[in-house]
Amino acid sequence: MQATTHTMPHAGVHEAHHEEQGFWRKYIFSTDHKVIGIQYGLTALVFLLFGFFLMMMMRWQIAHPGQPIPLVGWLLERVLGDVAAKGVMSPDLYNSFGAMHGTIMVFLAIVPLAFGAFGNYVVPLQIGAPDMAFPRVNMASYQAYVLGGIIMFVSFFIPGGAAQAGWTSYSPLATSIPTDGQTFWLVGMIFLITSSLLGAVNFIATIIQLRAPGMTWMRLPFFVWAQFVTGFLLLLAFPPLEAAGIMQLMDKVAGTSFFLPTGLAVGGELANISGGGSPLLWQHLFWFLGHPEVYVLILPAMGIVCEVIANNTRKPIWGYKSLVYSALCIGFLSFIVWAHHMYLTGMGTKVATFFQTTTMIISIPSVIILTCFFISLWGGSIRFNTPMLFCLAFLPMFGIGGLTGLPLGFAASDLHLHDTYYVIAHFHYVVAPGTIFALFAGIYYWFPKMTGRMMNEFWGRVHFWGSLIFMNVVFQPMFAQGMSGMIRRMADGGANYATATLQKQGVEVIGGLSDKMMNLHTMILWGAVFLALVQIPFIINVFWSIKHGKKVTSDNPWNATTLEWQTPTPPPHGNFAHAPTVHRGPYEYSVPGHSSDFIPQNETDKGSRQH
Amino acid sequence: MDIPYTSQPRPDTGIYNAKVGIWLFLASEVMLFGALFSTYILLRVGARPEDWPTGLLNVPIGTFNTAVLIASSVTVVMAWASLKMKQFNRFKLFQAITVLCALTFLGIKSFEYRDKFTHYEVWKTDGTRITGHLEGKPMFMTLEKVKAAGKESILFTPDLHHYSEGKKAMHERDHGDHKAVEIPVAQIKRLSAFVPAHSTYFAIYFTLTGLHALHVLGGAVVMAYLFGPGAKMWFTDPDRLTNRVEVSGLFWHFVDLVWIFLFPILYLL
Ligand code: HEM
Ligand SMILES: [Cu+2]
Repeated sequence: MQATTHTMPHAGVHEAHHEEQGFWRKYIFSTDHKVIGIQYGLTALVFLLFGFFLMMMMRWQIAHPGQPIPLVGWLLERVLGDVAAKGVMSPDLYNSFGAMHGTIMVFLAIVPLAFGAFGNYVVPLQIGAPDMAFPRVNMASYQAYVLGGIIMFVSFFIPGGAAQAGWTSYSPLATSIPTDGQTFWLVGMIFLITSSLLGAVNFIATIIQLRAPGMTWMRLPFFVWAQFVTGFLLLLAFPPLEAAGIMQLMDKVAGTSFFLPTGLAVGGELANISGGGSPLLWQHLFWFLGHPEVYVLILPAMGIVCEVIANNTRKPIWGYKSLVYSALCIGFLSFIVWAHHMYLTGMGTKVATFFQTTTMIISIPSVIILTCFFISLWGGSIRFNTPMLFCLAFLPMFGIGGLTGLPLGFAASDLHLHDTYYVIAHFHYVVAPGTIFALFAGIYYWFPKMTGRMMNEFWGRVHFWGSLIFMNVVFQPMFAQGMSGMIRRMADGGANYATATLQKQGVEVIGGLSDKMMNLHTMILWGAVFLALVQIPFIINVFWSIKHGKKVTSDNPWNATTLEWQTPTPPPHGNFAHAPTVHRGPYEYSVPGHSSDFIPQNETDKGSRQH
Repeated sequence: MDIPYTSQPRPDTGIYNAKVGIWLFLASEVMLFGALFSTYILLRVGARPEDWPTGLLNVPIGTFNTAVLIASSVTVVMAWASLKMKQFNRFKLFQAITVLCALTFLGIKSFEYRDKFTHYEVWKTDGTRITGHLEGKPMFMTLEKVKAAGKESILFTPDLHHYSEGKKAMHERDHGDHKAVEIPVAQIKRLSAFVPAHSTYFAIYFTLTGLHALHVLGGAVVMAYLFGPGAKMWFTDPDRLTNRVEVSGLFWHFVDLVWIFLFPILYLL
């Protein structure tokens, strides 16, 4: 072999090569799945916080329309100019913040955290692999994500501001707003989509190819299964949105009419376009991604919940196979329910009936999964640590979110509920106290593996109880507001319904929002403020514990069975000191006749650890 | 630990990592182009026949380009087979031909594009429409630009037939010396070259072929790399190079396949 060729270094060269990695190679341009996972995690958490701040400012505007935003109003005016004149949020700015809140939360925070961060860090460890199948593709995936994020972020500061047409970006509205925000949004999305495609290919290939010897499909931890299905959802659902994004971009910059109908008038004038396009087409393509995307949001969360529950009930998960097959069913079915977001578009009752049927069918596997988790609790001697508390709360919270989806799934009841705050409450229940709680659980649970130290239990509990209470204070009233007719995306929270004042004068007006409903805005605002406050212990806890947390005394502080706990702490480059061989299923807790109450997956039948 | 199965197949799945990767990637590509093809169908079904241009593309040139791509599909397999048979020089030859085919395709396509950018349709205020060429063969002219230039009329050389008159008329079209006519700007409702904004047909035509051309370009870059600097791997890890050529070949077949669908729906139907 010639010394000049570095393309395929031998194992020895490889190790030596990594010893001398500088700061940049090791932390910034790393190809190690664990570093990339942490990069994803930190970036996504920053975006999560940012998206949360956007929402807080919007909640102020909803509760106190037209009044300057306290604390940050002046800053907004400084940075953004006229749209925040005198520190007051203008409707345009409200629209921008709303659109970007949704976009950031879904595409830049939750998915990167659930899939990019946890998937990257945990999946290779759990299947006993040294790394992802394509480490450099993995790095590229993270970089595309960051680029997409930067483009989205920068769009706030361009003239006219960020996109204003909602995270769903319906045409022709999205195309007709005469600023460049939407163009930035589309270009940003193309980067983000590229990022998840690269990630999805990598995850699926890794799970298919790099499972350790003995790690058969039915011995995979459920978390891995969840990520596997998620990978397929991203792989197959995102490209149509990419196509749609390209076409909307063409509409925006090349003057085409993919989504613009003949005779479109903008601002009272006939638009100078060829016409002939179809606005409905955008909605179909968007929701073809959009619905699978919600399962992208929830499946990894279910995976985390499963791991934590099995570990803290100290007994095998009830119905492992049902979980796996349900996840696969969800994956498949989620491709044929998308038009339940479109009942009111006039696509026709026959089509609506079809999608209503598939929507009801898909709720069955979701219920099975939740039921398995509940039954798993039965008869366990539960350890109530912070990760477990979050997972226990996940169950009813996700339950509320899921059950309130059913009335939305029926076309008849959706007529009333569509585009109201009821929908907002529904999906926030699944994503916020649902998915985000599971993600919190995952952070508390895997933190000791990543850093070698535990997070503080007391502040963890403060974080948990505060979050649980205030999440409900924020989202529960929205069901009521929605059912009483309050529609979403109103820049003034409905104050403009003159009816509110008429009602005060004793006039009965159909469709008006009662004072009772309007006053809930204040409660929600304060709920959100306190929700923010209880995140502070969490943020401090994360950073403080890296240096000062209680040191773990073993590589396996939770006495867990899965492979990620059988590595050194934190796992070195290449992960395992010795390639593991798997001998058993993922959740062998409290096996009768065994000395300890857990048997790691790589322990041989004779009971001696593999070394 | 090193990553296993980078060049040898995993016994139970029977394939090596990159091949799993490329098949997954191609699955996503199918969804990408699938969405665009569905769009094509939807737009076409929704269009009035007279608003859906037909016969404006040059079929012989398109056919030739199809042949070029099909030929490259063959040579890309030959390149891989040569490596399998340990004939490195033959690999270089076939790989070079494949890259050249890709570049030829792109070259021809760009001439076709240019041809469209200088070909115009005028919608007159009296409801008639004519296609033809503007004086001086400018690209991307629009009514706004004409007005902005302060012109009162344009000099227009019409085609013999408008595309809405149907296929038969198109075939009789004669590019001979028709007379240029002067059209007052006041009589023009809309003026557009055959650019994406012209109609939904050209919108989807340029989007599909443009995206396809990007894929051709990407494939050409990768194959050129494997022909040039990447080929050195032959002397260090021949199996892996062979795999790389195979994987890029799979991608290339997909790109060709997309064109096999594009050609009839855009040129012939
Ligand atoms: C399991 C049963 C579920 C059913 C039957 C269901 C049904 C629905 C329906 C019919 C809508 C459209 C409502 C409308 O716009 O009028 C909707 C909206 C939504 N759902 Fe669900 N859903 C379920 C679970 C979930 C889950 C698990 C998630 C996410 C993790 C989720 C996230 C969303 C989101 C984000 C929207 C709103 C999209 C928007 O309009 O901006 N849903 N749901
Ligand atoms: Cu949905």
